[in-house]
Amino acid sequence: MTGWLGPQEWAAVALSLKVAVWATLLSLPPGILVAMALARGRFWGRGVLNVLVHLPLVMPPVVVGYLLLLTLSPVAPLGQALASLGVVFAFRWTGAALAAAVMGFPLMVRAIRLAIDAVDPRLEDAAATLGASRLRVFLTVTLPLILPGVLAGAVLAFAKAMGEFGATITFVSNIPGETRTLPSAIYAFLQQPGGDGAALRLVIVSIVVATVALVASEALARRMARRVGS
Amino acid sequence: MSLSVTLRHRLGTLDLDVAFEAPGGVTALFGRSGAGKTSVVNAVAGLLQPDSGSIVLNGKSLLSQGGTSVPKHRRRIGYVFQDARLFPHLSVRGNLLYGARNDHGLQRVTDLLGIGDLLRRRPRALSGGEAQRVAIGRALLSEPELLIMDEPLAALDAARKAEILPYLERLRDEAGLPILFVSHSVEEVARLATTLVLMDRGRVVRTGPAADLLADPTLAPIFGPRMAGAVLPGRIAAQHDDGLTEIAVSGGRLFLPATAGAPGDPLRVRIAAQDVMLALDRPENVSALNILSATVTEVQPGQGPGVMVQLRAGDDLLLARITRRSADALGLRPGTPCFAVLKSVAVAQGAVGRG
Repeated sequence: MTGWLGPQEWAAVALSLKVAVWATLLSLPPGILVAMALARGRFWGRGVLNVLVHLPLVMPPVVVGYLLLLTLSPVAPLGQALASLGVVFAFRWTGAALAAAVMGFPLMVRAIRLAIDAVDPRLEDAAATLGASRLRVFLTVTLPLILPGVLAGAVLAFAKAMGEFGATITFVSNIPGETRTLPSAIYAFLQQPGGDGAALRLVIVSIVVATVALVASEALARRMARRVGS
Repeated sequence: MSLSVTLRHRLGTLDLDVAFEAPGGVTALFGRSGAGKTSVVNAVAGLLQPDSGSIVLNGKSLLSQGGTSVPKHRRRIGYVFQDARLFPHLSVRGNLLYGARNDHGLQRVTDLLGIGDLLRRRPRALSGGEAQRVAIGRALLSEPELLIMDEPLAALDAARKAEILPYLERLRDEAGLPILFVSHSVEEVARLATTLVLMDRGRVVRTGPAADLLADPTLAPIFGPRMAGAVLPGRIAAQHDDGLTEIAVSGGRLFLPATAGAPGDPLRVRIAAQDVMLALDRPENVSALNILSATVTEVQPGQGPGVMVQLRAGDDLLLARITRRSADALGLRPGTPCFAVLKSVAVAQGAVGRG
């Protein structure tokens, strides 16, 4: 594949996969937590949390990217504090992962929340009467039953991360080898004279990755659904 | 074992205000739908937090007026729901062992419930009756101190009910586990209950030994005049070749359609009040096989043309539902000696259970 893709193109593909995988994996635990809180929680501020989570879905990505830059740039207080801990986002691939995670988060939460809403809470009651603590009920009943939804959410977030452009380029720019993800690379190649061929090859890679992810998740979800008997 | 319950709770239009004691055995909460039975057992199990009340199980406080409430997963109360609520992602074996500390009791419970062949199946591959038996086994294996069963048979058809009832009787007689049983079916209550708590619109109407309450003519309107009937304890005396089982009760012998069991096996026979005929003289040359000598203890007029007559036959009480006209013609009043006549075929198979 490296023979067919130029080194710059290959770097963009590899970076995008890395960014998308990290963005997806790291947003899974908070995604499940927030989905649980939104689906089951009865607390003050639930409406605010709901709006906050969904904002990236409706705001222009450039705005999200700019807000990230404002809060996490090396000159912002939060950015400075994190930098002193060794965590730097601005103009790094980690920042690209963060931007992708934020943009994909609402999609992931929505999918998981739908799955939680479909779980019969009476099954959880049954588990509790059998002596299971809330944590054990979640791990042994709720989580296995929502796994297909979690997977669907993860695939959506992954796809979104692979394609994220606006927030990424605003937050971490378009640095080859560091923050030049697939969409940024396609955009850059299209700006260069004679870059059409490279852009087209990356477009094909994008389509293949998206299709494989979709087909794989469908198959997995079918298997899981069979397993949980729904 | 003892369970003591006092509850007050406002639930929509239902104003729940109950207090009762459950000794060992099977305590049935009986009442029509909406009487608040399920809310009571949910509060006992910790699934519902009542406005106020106290619950004490075997000397341990599960809920007290002061506000302490043991969380539901620490109450050690098994719960069999109307819908089995098996975990769809686990096998039958996984479901059974969900609340168990180890699998030592598995063999005993699967034998008791006849589900040994189902262990590898998935819940969706089970019939309603099988699923309910697995749910019972699952609750038993969590080694509860009390078993709650909320209308465990209501969602099943008559054949499945008949399939499960004997298992519940074995549970009562062999497992020695106290059971709180919610039901609106007189037949189930008559088969299973040792203690009855009658509920109506959020209140406890009466509570006492099941045999006494079922034979109380003043309670007949609650059970329904067509469903009212006393339960007689007895033992199998002999199995006859012509398909009849002879049962010794304290007032004499009953001949009923074949009931499985060996001579000496204890039984309880529910005799519906409307199936009992009364005569002042011992009837002769009649087809009815069962004639018990009895004494009238109470005559309770109903709203319609019927009256409910309570009789003592031997040590046991019987109920007979006859017309007011007949009661007047025979001059029935407390103390009148008479004969209770019962057609053998009137007693349905389901009305005879293990004693």
